[in-house]
Amino acid sequence: MSNIRVLVGTRKGAFILTSNGKRDRWDISGPHFAGWEIYHLKGSSADPDRLYASQCSGWFGQLIQRSNDGGKTWAPVGNKFVYDGVPGTHQWYDGTPHPWEFKRVWHLEPSLTDPDTVYAGVEDAALFRSADGGQTWQELPGLRGHGSGSRWQPGAGGMCLHTILLDPTDPRRMFIAISAAGAFRTDDAGKTWRPINRGLHSQHIPDPIAEVGHCVHRIAMHHSRPRVLFMQKHWDVMRSDDAGESWQEVSGNLPTDFGFVIDVHAHEPETIYVVPIKSDSEHYPPEGKLRVYRSRTGGKEWEPLTKGLPQGDCYVNVLRDAMAVDSLDSCGVYFGTTGGQVYASADAGDSWAPIVRDLPAVLSVEVQTLP
Amino acid sequence: MIRVILPAHLRTLAHVGGEVRLDVEGQATQRSVLDALEAHYPMLRGTIRDQVTQQRRPFLRFFACEQDLSHELPDALLPGAVTSGVEPFLIIAAIAGG
Repeated sequence: MSNIRVLVGTRKGAFILTSNGKRDRWDISGPHFAGWEIYHLKGSSADPDRLYASQCSGWFGQLIQRSNDGGKTWAPVGNKFVYDGVPGTHQWYDGTPHPWEFKRVWHLEPSLTDPDTVYAGVEDAALFRSADGGQTWQELPGLRGHGSGSRWQPGAGGMCLHTILLDPTDPRRMFIAISAAGAFRTDDAGKTWRPINRGLHSQHIPDPIAEVGHCVHRIAMHHSRPRVLFMQKHWDVMRSDDAGESWQEVSGNLPTDFGFVIDVHAHEPETIYVVPIKSDSEHYPPEGKLRVYRSRTGGKEWEPLTKGLPQGDCYVNVLRDAMAVDSLDSCGVYFGTTGGQVYASADAGDSWAPIVRDLPAVLSVEVQTLP
Repeated sequence: MIRVILPAHLRTLAHVGGEVRLDVEGQATQRSVLDALEAHYPMLRGTIRDQVTQQRRPFLRFFACEQDLSHELPDALLPGAVTSGVEPFLIIAAIAGG
């Protein structure tokens, strides 16, 4: 029987939750890196015991930790993130030029084929790559240098590169997303990039259909259909059927289309999940009811999933990297909240139960399905 | 021999229980002490000073002999009591946050 390993990054450390395929009893280890912010940790699909973690603190800066034994032991690897060449400027909140400054790593995305190759999405927004297991990092400068970088502006959470999607059918193609610049794609392994934001509409920016400037919160893809992308934008849930060339809104009957997470069922590429959040000024579920919404039609038609989730007085948020799925026959869905709960569903969202209730605020959730 | 006291999180990171004792080549300055510290404990690189600019991280302070040395030049000599090992060189994390 397969086992499940859930990797949880929180404001005060990392936690690793493990279960067998029944997913009814969980062992919890941690905190790892106690007291540090763990923005993200993720395992290599080429070697599931190879894990990478982004560890940071306002006092001590950024560290990258690596495990070769599934998180039992860790060792720090390289933490020198230097922008390529003269970093230049992007726009500050008031529209004035502001120098690019490295702050932290938001997201780590291991290569699909090589455990030693891993990508890092950082704030201020840039993409770095390591080909030596995280010992050294080099920027892929074509992203910031493609022409619009000087017009990028931070979102409320900072100017972060938070989403990295690797095309399983084409190693040269990658998608990334930046708050609040938008989505970008490379078709030549990161040498050159172009924005893929046509069809996005953001009322809060001077030109609502601009090439860049959209606050994309998250993009998700099913591995079997890498040209189909789903996006939770600041407002609006969107989909693209042409690898980001164009986007259509699929918010449909959602109670609010603001939110952070979006993910896809492991076996049903048209089944997607979001957690609606009331608004950009009130980051908690509408009516105090924590509801995951599922669409089995790739958007537009949504159903609330509430069984086992608090349906009153719930005012947590679910952050952009805090939802994941496993790949067991009955797809498991997992998400973490800023209230420290990690909820799991072993039946594709029909019912939920907390794995753990009282962690620090959850920043990220990743899931590994282990043989 | 220079005695260095690290903040708790950095002691954990470097796997040291108490104070760190370092032999520093040449004159003892902030720079030479931190160079020796990072050479012995490479996992501390970037956590006390920026790896590129070498500037002290903003929420850390350097103290010794009841003096705040944070704004001394990196190549200024440390007090004699630090050089002789009578007093430690303290790296202090600002008391802030939750």
